[in-house]
Amino acid sequence: MSPVPAVGAPPVRLDAERLRADFPILATRSHGRPLVYLDSANTTQKPAAVLEATRRYYAEENANIHRATYRLSETATAVYEGAREKVRRFLGAAEAAEIVFVRGTTEAINLVAASFGQAFVKAGDEILLTGMEHHSNIVPWQLLCERSGAVLKVVPITDEGELRLDELERLLSPRTRLLAVTHVSNALGTINPVDAIVRLAHARGVPVLVDGAQAVPHLPVDVGELDCDFYAFSSHKMYGPTGIGALYAKREWLGKMPPYQGGGDMIASVTFEKTTYNVLPWKFEAGTANIAGGAGLTAAIDYLVAAGLPAVAAHEHDLLVYATERLREIPGLTILGTAPKKAAVISFTLDAVHPHDIGTILDEEGICIRTGQHCAQPVMDRYGVPATARASFGIYNTRSDVDALALGLRRVHEIFG
Amino acid sequence: MTDLRELYQQVILDHNRSPHNYRAIEGADRVSVGHNPVCGDRLSLFVKLEGDRIADIGFQGSGCAISKASASLMTDSVKGKSLVEAEALFGRFHDLLTGPPDVKVDPEAIRPLGKLAVFSGVREFPVRVKCATLSWHTLQAALKGLSTTSTE
Repeated sequence: MSPVPAVGAPPVRLDAERLRADFPILATRSHGRPLVYLDSANTTQKPAAVLEATRRYYAEENANIHRATYRLSETATAVYEGAREKVRRFLGAAEAAEIVFVRGTTEAINLVAASFGQAFVKAGDEILLTGMEHHSNIVPWQLLCERSGAVLKVVPITDEGELRLDELERLLSPRTRLLAVTHVSNALGTINPVDAIVRLAHARGVPVLVDGAQAVPHLPVDVGELDCDFYAFSSHKMYGPTGIGALYAKREWLGKMPPYQGGGDMIASVTFEKTTYNVLPWKFEAGTANIAGGAGLTAAIDYLVAAGLPAVAAHEHDLLVYATERLREIPGLTILGTAPKKAAVISFTLDAVHPHDIGTILDEEGICIRTGQHCAQPVMDRYGVPATARASFGIYNTRSDVDALALGLRRVHEIFG
Repeated sequence: MTDLRELYQQVILDHNRSPHNYRAIEGADRVSVGHNPVCGDRLSLFVKLEGDRIADIGFQGSGCAISKASASLMTDSVKGKSLVEAEALFGRFHDLLTGPPDVKVDPEAIRPLGKLAVFSGVREFPVRVKCATLSWHTLQAALKGLSTTSTE
């Protein structure tokens, strides 16, 4: 889980300049300037291989899956189930039945909140979250609490943006039914020690859901090693298409959880008297799936694995260190989130200039950053800021992107005086 | 860069730095909070009425340069105006911001806007229209007696 390659890993270096050529959008211009894309924590750009896999699926392989007897349908089924096997191996899950396809991380968490919640959460129970969660790992639990009468508890964070593990341990109570924690903070970049957190929770018999949206594109993840009970991620943040993602869930939980949505494909038989459900994982997949998304996700995983996640992590860590240095040279700039273990995400504020104004001025320079609350309003409240500007990096970013950002921020100073 | 200079005119930067009427009003007849959830801007507006006139108006809150300067200039422009006049001014202001970017602004048409005309550059930046109108929407809500409004 370290942002640098593990000892003994081959010293592979990522050739970002070469990889850039794989992303058609990076050759386009914005406001007449070369595109400097620094918003990968929001969504990533897509390599040609992903675009081609999606095109090929519709051009040559399209049919509905799991239903028909003809060859084309078998091909489409193989594409989709192949994607599931690809995700299983990518995450290190024991079996493909533990991989449920969903629209993305948000739906994965909603699925667990609805289905696990219905089976296991009662009035007076507690759901434990942390102070650095994305809204999508807060609101589904609030809805569950409203429905069930359960109570939310929140693990606080330090000024550096690290989880207070002592508080986490204290807040794990006999009433805690689930701990939901992000692997990497989208607003602060903090990489949480998920393996240690899972051990703490399991020692109290509490299952753990990990929001992996910001982790899987940036560092090697093995759910077997983490031993978490649920792990959620989105394809679009890992160079794949929008509209698909996956929930890893241990078989023992999926087996005990009721279906999330009803419809076609999730059933074994239906009469007006009684419906029996399909086996795992299809019991949780109602309706026609995002098959083309599966094809694209397969290509995205192949792309990331070929680049090598240890090399990706090392490249992005180098960018983080360089960008942190360059941004600290800018007068009046404050970085929020200074945990020792950080992904390549830099949230910052600039004295007397609102993030929205920073965003507009940088945009005119062709530089895309996110400004606002990053769907993490509690984090903004924790630091007492209404919003931040955020630069986030991916495999295609280079030091010259960082230089462009630093230059753009000096423009902001010029305009605001 | 020219577009940016048109957006961030000196008057706007000045009002951002030292906004006018930046204060809560004790005993205000109307208080309303405006919120733009996209960027986190939040402002509280205080209105004192005399009959159908805005006798006094103030605001407080946090926001970008456009939203803060707009609130500052809005409070300057509507103070002393009747509710009907304030509403009409918002209509003209809104037209100025949402006009087609490729059509040159007619100086005659914007004369009634007075200083508010400095926001003409915003039409080049459609995502910033909400920033410039947040205080106006909040004023509308306040005059209707609503305690909160959101630009979403």
